[in-house]
Amino acid sequence: MERLIIGTLIAGSTVAVLTTIGIVLSLVFETIRFFRLVPIGDFLFGLQWSPQMAIRADQVGATGAFGAIPLLAGTLLISAIALGVSGPVGLFAAIYLAEYATPAQRTVIKPALEVLAGIPTVVYGFFAALVVAPILRQGGATVGLDVSSESALAAGLVMGIMTIPFVSSIADDAMTAVPLTLREGSLGLGATRAETMCRVILPAALSGIAGGLLLAASRVIGETMIVVMAAGLTANLSLNPFEAVTTVTVQIVTLLTGDQAFDSAKTLSAFALALLLFLITMTLNLIALGIVKKYREQYE
Amino acid sequence: MTVLDATMTMPRPNAISTVAALVADSALVGAPATPKMTIRDLNVFYGETSALRDVALDIPGRGVTALIGPSGCGKSTFIRCLNRMNDVIEGCRVEGRVLLDDTDIYGPGQDVVHLRARIGMVFQKPNPFPKSIFDNVAYGPRIHGMARNKDELDRIVLHSLERAGLLDEVRDRLKVPGTSLSGGQQQRLCIARAIAVQPEVILMDEPCSALDPIATARIEGLIEELKAYYTIIIVTHSMQQAKRVSQKTAYFHLGRLVEEGATEEIFAGPRDERTRDYVMGRIG
Amino acid sequence: MNSPAARHDRMAARRRTRHRAERRFRMLGFLAVWVGLGFLAVLFAVIVDKGAGAFKQTMVRLDIAIEAPGMGPQGTIDWNAMLRMDTNAMIKKALRAAFPDAGSRREKRALYQLVSPNAPFELRRLILDNPDLIGRSATVWVTASDDVDMLAKGAVPRSAPADARRLSDRQVRWIAALEAEGRLETRFNKAFFTSGDSREPESAGIAVALVGSLYSVLVCLALAFPFGVMAAVYLEEFAPKNRWTAFIEVNINNLAAVPSIVFGLLGLALLLNFFNLPRSSPLVGGMVLALMTLPTIIIAGRAALKAVPPSVRDAALAVGASPVQAVFHHVLPLAMPGTLTGTIIGTARAMGETAPLLMVGMVAFVVDVPETILSPATALPVQVFLWADHPERAFLERTAAAILVLLVFTCAMNLLAMVLRRRFEVRW
Repeated sequence: MERLIIGTLIAGSTVAVLTTIGIVLSLVFETIRFFRLVPIGDFLFGLQWSPQMAIRADQVGATGAFGAIPLLAGTLLISAIALGVSGPVGLFAAIYLAEYATPAQRTVIKPALEVLAGIPTVVYGFFAALVVAPILRQGGATVGLDVSSESALAAGLVMGIMTIPFVSSIADDAMTAVPLTLREGSLGLGATRAETMCRVILPAALSGIAGGLLLAASRVIGETMIVVMAAGLTANLSLNPFEAVTTVTVQIVTLLTGDQAFDSAKTLSAFALALLLFLITMTLNLIALGIVKKYREQYE
Repeated sequence: MTVLDATMTMPRPNAISTVAALVADSALVGAPATPKMTIRDLNVFYGETSALRDVALDIPGRGVTALIGPSGCGKSTFIRCLNRMNDVIEGCRVEGRVLLDDTDIYGPGQDVVHLRARIGMVFQKPNPFPKSIFDNVAYGPRIHGMARNKDELDRIVLHSLERAGLLDEVRDRLKVPGTSLSGGQQQRLCIARAIAVQPEVILMDEPCSALDPIATARIEGLIEELKAYYTIIIVTHSMQQAKRVSQKTAYFHLGRLVEEGATEEIFAGPRDERTRDYVMGRIG
Repeated sequence: MNSPAARHDRMAARRRTRHRAERRFRMLGFLAVWVGLGFLAVLFAVIVDKGAGAFKQTMVRLDIAIEAPGMGPQGTIDWNAMLRMDTNAMIKKALRAAFPDAGSRREKRALYQLVSPNAPFELRRLILDNPDLIGRSATVWVTASDDVDMLAKGAVPRSAPADARRLSDRQVRWIAALEAEGRLETRFNKAFFTSGDSREPESAGIAVALVGSLYSVLVCLALAFPFGVMAAVYLEEFAPKNRWTAFIEVNINNLAAVPSIVFGLLGLALLLNFFNLPRSSPLVGGMVLALMTLPTIIIAGRAALKAVPPSVRDAALAVGASPVQAVFHHVLPLAMPGTLTGTIIGTARAMGETAPLLMVGMVAFVVDVPETILSPATALPVQVFLWADHPERAFLERTAAAILVLLVFTCAMNLLAMVLRRRFEVRW
């Protein structure tokens, strides 16, 4: 009887492993089919993304270009903007929480910031398209800049705010894990709190903070809805944040929410993109989790 | 220069004036006329709990004052009041006056940063920063802007290491992390670090309790040398240590200062019964 | 010259700079916190402001002569004739009767635009539900058109130019006349909660989305919770600590951070194309969400089990319980609150997910409330996404209102999780 129960438990646990295997297998399988139609070099290094497919074999013109570089550039641009917001803001919020906030303030501020991470992304996308993008466009117009109505900046800013808690909570944990004696040693020598933070605590908590940033980066790279709703669908190879760009995730959505034959290069390219996305985020996650685990051991 | 700075001005010891200071303060047993620090009506509360009650004490300059008593009697709380380290603790309330050369350090507008450069602290467990030995000692001088160029900084660091009795052991490896030293060496590093800021007073909160006897003996020898230049206040749970290193001793019991006086008197013939019980080993 | 006095002055000046830097540093931290909290406040304010109006709907009262279609033998109702009732004509007639001054064809068309294009269907349903109305005159409330609705609620100011209002001056005068006669009312918008999606914003509601979300979340919980707890119990209590289990742990932590869209693709490739499960159904949506929530439950479960001190297990074993009994009768109950908290938080996240559901097809325009978990449906966040694309002001209102409903659910679940955690938190 015991063995039966344990056996059931083992069976149950393998579901999680099977999921990963399932993801990898299904993505790889379809990707291989894709690379039979489009060479891998074109995909990874191609500079143009316009996934048309000839409808009939004898149709002239409209051959697809499946270069992923514009998509990666778009993803990179939006991620950079987002991290440019959540990095400094999250870090300084953590500094305030760890060093300057009273316990009463902490019990309110920390959960409140975490609410930011719990809001569904459609809501952020709606807000970005409805409020942020018009403000940026108006603001840009008054300064003389041409900000399109769907811009990388709108999506990036909102995503930055969304990922603040990723950075701030992890950085806060990292900073409070630094032994009190180090802090007292610095203060005892006549350092101000800012100096103690910058010269002793932050360097000691650095790897934890890096882990938080990497997790935020992974979250941002994999984000779909905010970008779909606010950043546009044009595959631009430009690093101008005021233009519309598209990302890997957006393309996956547009390629698959329509009617097309399942095994056209167009739909298969979505799987190739998804595999790329999966590999990138998995790498970031593994590094981040490894870092976080290491610094935790250091102080235990 | 503000009025505040003017009142906190004091000639500070450096390599040249050390000899002069030694000569001037050669009579160490007879304490100088004005005490270095004066504490009156000191009360400390953690929230609603009283940790120290009505403490009054004079700390003579240039010598070692020992604070003894059973655990939990408030010695550490007391010593942390002297450089306002209790400000760091949430919910801790300090009332009373602590005078450093006639200025109340708890008075309005007192600069804590300046205070802690004048009163240094060595902690119970050695706490070197995860930086190189050089950077550990140079930390204070760098922050306070004591050196105007690299040479001056080098000189300050080497001088401090020498005074702390550590230079010979680490001269050739100043770039290794401070945390790679042995326990005793780490504590001497912390002492060097405190000295580098050129304080007038050094507070030591049970500096040897985490060290083995040999390292302890070395540090006690160090304290003997250092008392010529600094006012040292040491909390210790070892009566033998107090007898060995200090000229004045104060006995704390359950948050009150019970008795204080010259070390020989306290240990040879204590007046208060509680002191006698502790000194005879009946309690604590 | 580095005399003690010069150095002292220098250090004093430097102290002043340092204190200034300290104040600036602290201010930066304070500002950063307020960037986050301020955004939260603005977000909620905007959503509430834009969405509050959708909970009310403007209706128009008309006196309609409900003509009798052909009556069958012995006065029974001829259903075929019923279905051919021209309710549109009835409404138009009633409108013309209310405003006889509409003369030309254009003016009449403008008049008819005052009510929703779906009004004839509302009338038809009303008559089918109340057949005794046939042959009589009745006072009927029908839904106003979305432009009238916006004007009546003040979302569009009456003083705005005609093209911004999308209503001509004459139409505005008619509206004023209706209001004066008490024939125009803005009341609680029940239809928002009882009807599904519609091409006309005034008739659109979240019923389908709500039910779809509910079904999906139920399927998700039914799958993820048992498997999650089983995995957590096995990995934490029974599994040997070797390289294989370490690999599994890394795996699970990684899965928890995989972008949700990838799960959608897995659902597409595996569930839809390989297993041929019905597209657009809450079953498939729920299964995809379950795959996403599984790692969260496992991690929460393991943490809760780890927090139970060994003394509990030892005590159980000491009285003769088998390892399995010790875990299930003693340890697991103590770990349940923590596990449930994690489950609720994971489910709240699943409820707000859009991308994976888009991938498995829950994006169709669904009008009828799904009957089973196999019927086509949509989900609340997907509905928000679809509506956000429509330019009409009335859709904007409803999008924001749907977001409010979604946020209420998400907030309620998170609060429940917090309360649960606090009430059952045992300090060992």
